[in-house]
Amino acid sequence: MSAAPLFTPPPRDPARSFQDMILTLHDFWSAEGQCVILQPYDMRMGAGTFHTATTLRALGPEPWNAAFVQPCRRPTDGRYGENPNRLQHYYQYQVILKPSPSDIQELYLKSLAAIGIDPLAHDIRFVEDDWESPTLGAWGLGWEVWCDGMEVTQFTYFQQMGGFDCKPVAGELTYGLERLAMYIQGVDNVYDLAFNSAGVSYGEVFLENERQMSKWNFEVANTEALFDLFAKAEAECRNALSAGVPIAAYEQAIEASHVFNLLQARGVISVQERASYMGRVRDLARSSCEAYAEKMTPEWSAKYPGWSLV
Amino acid sequence: MADFLLELRCEEIPARMQAGARAELEKLFRRELDAAGVKVGELTIWSTPRRLALIARGLPLATEAVSEEAKGPPEGAPDAAIDGFCKKAGVSRDQLELRDVKGRMTYFAVIEQPGRAMAEVLSAAIPAIIRDFAWPKSMRWGAASITTDSLRWVRPLSGIVALLDDAVVPCEVGGIAAGRETYGHRFHSKGPITIDGVDDYAIKLRDAFVIVGHEERQNIIRSGVAKAFEDMGLEVIADEGLVIENAGLTEWPVPLVGGFDEAFLAVPPEVIQLSARLNQKYFMARTADETLAPVFAFVANIAPHDGGALVVAGNEKVLAARLSDARFFWEQDQKTPLSAHAEKLSRITFHEKLGTVADKVERVAKLARWLCEEGIVAGDPALAEQAARLCKADLVTEMVGEFPELQGLMGGYYAAKEGLPVEVAEAIRDHYKPVGQGDDVPTAPVTVAVSLADKLDTLVGFYEVAERPTGSKDPFALRRASLAVIGTHLECEIRSNLLRVFDQVVDILNHQRLAKVPGAAEDAKEAAAKLGVVTASIVVAGVVENRSIRNGTGHHRTSWDLLDFFADRLKVQQREAGVRHDLIDAVFALGGEDDLVRLLARVHALQAFVTTEDGTNLLAGYKRAANILKKESWEPAAEPIAQTGEEDPLAMVDDPDIGDIVAEGGHTSPALSYTPEPAEQALIDALDAAAPRAAQAVEAEQFGEAMAALATLRAPIDRFFEEVTVNDPQADKRAARLALLAAFRDAVHRVADFGRIEG
Repeated sequence: MSAAPLFTPPPRDPARSFQDMILTLHDFWSAEGQCVILQPYDMRMGAGTFHTATTLRALGPEPWNAAFVQPCRRPTDGRYGENPNRLQHYYQYQVILKPSPSDIQELYLKSLAAIGIDPLAHDIRFVEDDWESPTLGAWGLGWEVWCDGMEVTQFTYFQQMGGFDCKPVAGELTYGLERLAMYIQGVDNVYDLAFNSAGVSYGEVFLENERQMSKWNFEVANTEALFDLFAKAEAECRNALSAGVPIAAYEQAIEASHVFNLLQARGVISVQERASYMGRVRDLARSSCEAYAEKMTPEWSAKYPGWSLV
Repeated sequence: MADFLLELRCEEIPARMQAGARAELEKLFRRELDAAGVKVGELTIWSTPRRLALIARGLPLATEAVSEEAKGPPEGAPDAAIDGFCKKAGVSRDQLELRDVKGRMTYFAVIEQPGRAMAEVLSAAIPAIIRDFAWPKSMRWGAASITTDSLRWVRPLSGIVALLDDAVVPCEVGGIAAGRETYGHRFHSKGPITIDGVDDYAIKLRDAFVIVGHEERQNIIRSGVAKAFEDMGLEVIADEGLVIENAGLTEWPVPLVGGFDEAFLAVPPEVIQLSARLNQKYFMARTADETLAPVFAFVANIAPHDGGALVVAGNEKVLAARLSDARFFWEQDQKTPLSAHAEKLSRITFHEKLGTVADKVERVAKLARWLCEEGIVAGDPALAEQAARLCKADLVTEMVGEFPELQGLMGGYYAAKEGLPVEVAEAIRDHYKPVGQGDDVPTAPVTVAVSLADKLDTLVGFYEVAERPTGSKDPFALRRASLAVIGTHLECEIRSNLLRVFDQVVDILNHQRLAKVPGAAEDAKEAAAKLGVVTASIVVAGVVENRSIRNGTGHHRTSWDLLDFFADRLKVQQREAGVRHDLIDAVFALGGEDDLVRLLARVHALQAFVTTEDGTNLLAGYKRAANILKKESWEPAAEPIAQTGEEDPLAMVDDPDIGDIVAEGGHTSPALSYTPEPAEQALIDALDAAAPRAAQAVEAEQFGEAMAALATLRAPIDRFFEEVTVNDPQADKRAARLALLAAFRDAVHRVADFGRIEG
């Protein structure tokens, strides 16, 4: 038996490859943040924050460090592949560190340096931008991080989630991956990004997808079926809640939220109805977070004597 | 004497909060030192995005010893009382002194507060300052936040420097101990910097690329940006708010200049400026011929090692993306005429009970036309209606969706691009004006008509559905709307009877609401007929739950309520101009004065008069007469009709002519059954001359003349009170004299209700 040839990974090239940039961030947060590197949540969602690794894990006293890429779907941002900056499907890189380490800003800046942003050649700024998600009953204080005037990251210290105070507070970093890559690679059109070092472009991977999905989001999706899906997700969320499985309920809340976004893109929800639908989604998401926190509390309190949910 | 340095270092403080934080730091520091009995002179307070610094020079080394005395119970009081007193004063019983207080031996405690070392005072003060610091928003962080009691700060607090002369003031807050180490610029400086004291603090920070003085950074930015543009033959569009904001975002400000494609200048300059300012915090420049130049300046927080080429290129790219978005909106919006945009307003709710924005537009259009047709505003009715129908259309455009601040302005641009009449485009552009006190009041007639109609509809609408301002709550900005209406009336000298105008607005609103319910109009007519009132859009099918009945005064209840509201706002608005609120009351109290221009002319004349000697004396005479009449319960034949609405209109309808009769009451002087005394006769004569003269002058709106007529009464009334006894034993004399006083009072009253005048 001959030994298989040894594989030595080539050095990463984040300045010329989208995937190398992602892999560099994985390397970085795995090593410097002691993060678990997760894979994307396998559901359609509007932001990485909806990932259970962020929302649900921000609750409770246990330390939690995670990093992952999350594809985000924003149906109304679709431009049929014709806008150089706007996409209905794009990637966010999420890092969540609980409790927030005292050197979290330095860690973050180091990660920028790792993907090729030299802070003495580029103007990095922390500009006030607080975050609030009524849907999740969550808010936090932080900044949008500017690189030469462009927002590249949302940086938030979660103060509340699901209506509960975060004890302890988690720090959340959300990198806009395409934007950062366009900046680092020096391209003006997202579809011109080099996806890898072997000549595959972002456009080759996603352009046709943007065209078809924009058309589906705006023109094709069967609205009756969507209304039906919304109602079913809502009912299933309640069903899961009453059965004491809040994680399953939370998934249905995410589903309802995305179906609502699709209905918005189809333009079939009037302004008046909009508020009521948003209220319903909020109800589902918050109830799920609350149920999760309440279900976990005995375990948390046992591990952390003196800790209480409220 | 010692000098004190405090630096509180933290993660980036929002720029907008830094000025407030400096004030808060000063306030709390003074509070703490005052409490310790230390006089604090001038303080130096600085801020950067990452630190707050305070320098206090010439503090004493120790506080002075103070001796306080407290008086306790008298000798022989129960032990419990004496022990309680000792406990409160913190002394033992044998330390009490007995002193004679008004012949009674009483216990006294003398509490000696020895002087405290300044370092000790500061050690206690610093944690108190940090814990009590009020930020607009604060947060918890880190491992300590496992409980909600952990320290709060605007962003995580990372270090404290506290030095009294060259010694560290020992203290600790939230696990952070005070020391002498700080950090310089985030990127240009590595490792800690050791501070010796007040004198080397700013210098060492400067060496570490931090200009700690915010004013110095502001100066660098202000002059740097101006100079950079000047070198290009351009002039900066000054923006002090932006200077301060950029100084709050940088520790080492480096102004740099970039450019953008001239083709973007096809987009209105306001759009470019707003996008650059709001989103990017950029400064813009104008050319010699006052047009926007295709350049911008921004403030970097580093001295880039390539001189800035990369930073400039990056910023140029960002602005180009913003501007291409703006140009896309600008072009996209123009593909649809405003009239088609306006149709989409029916999808936007204005207010749950007041319908959609399209409904509002419909009302405003009718009202704008009516204001012109009635000659209240000298505009062309057709143009006013056209402008009103389009005035909200830009709310559904992409551009206003992105930049709500540009509402009105964009509509104006799009209207001009469409080739609509210039009056219409102007009216669309300016109809939100005046937006606050100090903002320009529109004067172009078509604009005035649309502007007034819009605000009047809002005011009447929210009054009708009982969404009125209360206390500090005014969610629909009705106070501001009323001030705008008042300001426009005064500035443009618009002569209108507000009650009648309000009635018209109410009628338009209710007509619309009723039209939406099948059969409602008929029901309303019937109800009106039954009640015998002019119009009754009374409760029909639940649409109109407010009682919009024109009551016995001929006006809607809402109209009267609004007039009261306007009277209050007018007082506020005129306060700055030095117009007395009691005089406005005095004229309003006459009832029925709802022409703002006339009202104010009257108030001005009144103010000029009451401050003269004649005015003051006449006022005294009036009050004396009114008091006597009140004491004697001398009442005129009938009470004037109440001016505010009554729920049941029938309760109000006595006799429509009664008002005139009341107004005439007491004026005719019947033949006297006795020979009047000379002073009495003189008053009768003066009154016979002055009363009609004043009345005519008021009628002719010559209020100065009306005051002059009243002035002729001053000497006769003074003399009358001096020489004539009103309360004569002879009943006929007494009655005649009371009638004479009543006639005097009423004559004065025709000009203003002097009873409301203070003084």
